[in-house]
Amino acid sequence: MKLAYWMYAGPAHIGTLRVASSFKNVHAIMHAPLGDDYFNVMRSMLERERDFTAATASIVDRHVLARGSQERVVDNILRKDKEEHPDLIILTPTCTSSILQEDLQNFVNRASIISASDVIFADVDHYQVNEIQAADRTLEQVVRYYLDRCHRQEKWDQSLTDAPSVNIIGIFTLGFHNQHDCRELRRLLRDLDIEINQIIPEGGSVEDLQNLPKAWFNLIPYREVGLMTAVYLNKEYGMPYISIAPMGAVDMAEWIRQIQKNVNTLTLSSSNKRVDYEPYIDGQTRFVSQAAWFSRSIDCQNLTGKETVVFGDTTHAASITKILVREMGIRVSCAGTYCKHDAEWFKEQIQGFCDEILITDDHAEVGDMIAHMEPSAIFGTQMERHIGKRLDIPCGVISAPVHIQNFPLGYRPFLGYEGTNQIADLIYNSFALGMEDHLLDIFGGHDTKEIISKSLSTDIGLIWNPESRLELSKIPRFAREKVERNTEKFARQKGIETITVEVMYAAKEALNT
Amino acid sequence: MSLKIDETLIVECETGNYHTFCPISCVSWLYQKIEDSFFLVVGTKTCGYFLQNALGVMIFAEPRYAMAELEEGDISAQLNDYEGLKKLCIRIRKDRDPSVIIWIGTCTTEIIKMDLEGMAPKLEWEIGIPILVARANGLDYAFTQGEDTVLAAMAHRCPEPEFSVRERKETIQNFFFHSRKKEELGEYANHPSLVLFGSLPSNVASQLNLELKRQSIKVSGWLPAQKYTDLPSLGDGVYVCGVHPFLSRTATTLIRREKCQLIAAPFPIGPDGTRAWIEKICPVFGVEPQGLEEREERIWESLKDYLDLVHGKSVFFMGDNLLEVSLARFLIRCGMIVHEIGIPYMDKRYQTAELSLLQDTCIKMCVPIPRIVEKPDNSNQIRRIRELQPDLAITGMAHANPLEARGISTKWSVEFTFAQIHGFANARDVLELVTRPLRRQKSLEDLGRTTLVRK
Repeated sequence: MKLAYWMYAGPAHIGTLRVASSFKNVHAIMHAPLGDDYFNVMRSMLERERDFTAATASIVDRHVLARGSQERVVDNILRKDKEEHPDLIILTPTCTSSILQEDLQNFVNRASIISASDVIFADVDHYQVNEIQAADRTLEQVVRYYLDRCHRQEKWDQSLTDAPSVNIIGIFTLGFHNQHDCRELRRLLRDLDIEINQIIPEGGSVEDLQNLPKAWFNLIPYREVGLMTAVYLNKEYGMPYISIAPMGAVDMAEWIRQIQKNVNTLTLSSSNKRVDYEPYIDGQTRFVSQAAWFSRSIDCQNLTGKETVVFGDTTHAASITKILVREMGIRVSCAGTYCKHDAEWFKEQIQGFCDEILITDDHAEVGDMIAHMEPSAIFGTQMERHIGKRLDIPCGVISAPVHIQNFPLGYRPFLGYEGTNQIADLIYNSFALGMEDHLLDIFGGHDTKEIISKSLSTDIGLIWNPESRLELSKIPRFAREKVERNTEKFARQKGIETITVEVMYAAKEALNT
Repeated sequence: MSLKIDETLIVECETGNYHTFCPISCVSWLYQKIEDSFFLVVGTKTCGYFLQNALGVMIFAEPRYAMAELEEGDISAQLNDYEGLKKLCIRIRKDRDPSVIIWIGTCTTEIIKMDLEGMAPKLEWEIGIPILVARANGLDYAFTQGEDTVLAAMAHRCPEPEFSVRERKETIQNFFFHSRKKEELGEYANHPSLVLFGSLPSNVASQLNLELKRQSIKVSGWLPAQKYTDLPSLGDGVYVCGVHPFLSRTATTLIRREKCQLIAAPFPIGPDGTRAWIEKICPVFGVEPQGLEEREERIWESLKDYLDLVHGKSVFFMGDNLLEVSLARFLIRCGMIVHEIGIPYMDKRYQTAELSLLQDTCIKMCVPIPRIVEKPDNSNQIRRIRELQPDLAITGMAHANPLEARGISTKWSVEFTFAQIHGFANARDVLELVTRPLRRQKSLEDLGRTTLVRK
């Protein structure tokens, strides 16, 4: 049992529902008590979805508790089959239903005999996996189900497409900027003259899954969801995959080079159609994307050595860390992720890019770390944005979990060359603008508001005398709290109770030496 | 009276596959109402995820509620529940020092049969903070009924009235055989104490207090009060009256356990409801209601601009918060046509007076009594909405955007739970909510794009 106010990743069934509702004509039936269909609200509100979310609940109530679901689940499956004619119905357990230990697989078996739709039982354990892991698993389960069936039927056409083609795996409902990223990837692949065989799960049809192996290789833009499917396809069908996130100019180039390698390996050696993408990479990096020029421009100089903290899912946190350090010359004091299950990969990725690594799913720990580091800017989730608000540190949101404002209507990819532009804007705008910062420093800020302490830790017992308080108010707002905290820290170390102007400057001196 | 209702008012029952909020959502408004409380929701990640998403920004404001998140070891009883809860409650006491900790039991605690009620008194004694237990779970309840379970638990903690039963009888006698002291008469009639139950923002509560004061009736207290330490006295001879339609358990507890007298009245929503509510309370205390008719009339006049907008328009309540009957009754009186009143749960006894007012209103306005559908089935309802094409569907957020995209104007039902809708003065707020989609529709009318889905 643990005390929790906030969680970064949701419960497992949310992941399963995200897979189900991403596919076309797939219906999820949750075995859940009243009120657990909150996913529908999120989808309808956050994504501003126009269609009814294809997820309903088979309600677990007092009667079910007493007598078991009996015919109810089967009836609900058959009813959905009759009303909506979905291709596939996924029976989804919730944390409540998983402790009831009803034989849901049995219901699925019975229903699938009668129903015209395919029926499967999402095989996820609520107490072992979270939303992200469950989504990864469910996607693999669905793909495996359709490919296995096709395999058995022996009308199997395993030939590759004539022209180079790819599958994009892992574009999702309620994914962070997924729709925009998907559009950007399409554009990129068109530029590279590569066909898109299929995009799953978003907008995909389960009936087409049997054609997945026709693609030359798979692209996994986000490693959280899709990797299991890619590994499965690799093992069973020998399909190579690229799991680099094409985020930031450097990784973009690496991503395109890997594509080139894969295309060239698979192109018949007899033909002379070997591709060379280097000129494309060069052109895009130097002229189409503004990011490379931007980080060279004089404006960006002011960001040199500024300290930041990065926190988010593995893909975004790792990529943003690398972009900040490699491409903009900004220092990352600490980078972290809440994807504890993938910590090793994360550590390996950002080794050498940051001073400290934090792996936790406890937001209080993240908050304390930020308060301790006092960075100039934070790049994190909505939670970090709020931590930043309380500490008066600007924050750019780079990863789920997110609010409705992170589902923008305008075109805001994080991937691809347009993505590099968006990220550069986000990073630059998160810092106090360079010149403004400088001028404020010279002229002592534009406000002399009363000092309000907003520190996360509760400091009591130190008295600032009127002179020192006045002195403190003259310090520019953005630096004031830092000075306040440093002075107090110094005073506490020295056992000083009343802070005078002298103590303030003594603290400053102590800090400088 | 209930017999008469049964003859003409038919409550249908569907499959219960409908969308509503989990009853644990009640912590969101109750922690704000009861200032010195702390709510501990004993449940799983699913509960936590719901709270965090449903309550959005409140999470960041250091709320006085938290999850006691059950892990695998708790479910399989490898860990000691008592020790686990004790550790958390001690931490809460240290960090927040509340006057009461309220444990919210969830579906999971229900299924694994965690004995919260058994553990609470023991732990309460050990750590010295009152611990209440409310089983606000989705197996038994919907949305606002969560408040009902909390208030029912809280009713047990209300102190006994200060004087003994004998003295109270004297008071009652004095009340019937004229007063004891002159000065006590002053503003109020001398009457047995009246306690109102239902959580309302404090300014709405004082509006209702004032409304009764005009009739020289004194409200001795509210359940819940602004602070846990200010809970009203309850007991034999105390009269109670509800302000929300979803408090049937609390009402039952007050009658059976606390021996209070329940005043069955319609709920003070809309000027008609408020007037009827006061008119039911007054005679119990031998007071002749003064000036209510004029007051109601004035309110209706002030609503005229809104009434013109809603007149003749039709409404469909999908049902998710139990306020539906009262709202429908008010909207019918406003001149609207109600197709269907969906409602999660219908306590005909507790809502008797409201139902008969609905009936009277329908007769008065010459409209048929709408069908009331208990435990509705959302997919059936959506089919009916498509057939009926109502001017307005009052529905949960899961269906609002999809309906809008199909050209059906909607209003989120949740807003009625959080807005101030009680009393004379707030009738305007109800109509403000109801007319908002209609007004927006009007302002976008010229664009001519009402259906925004591909066929």
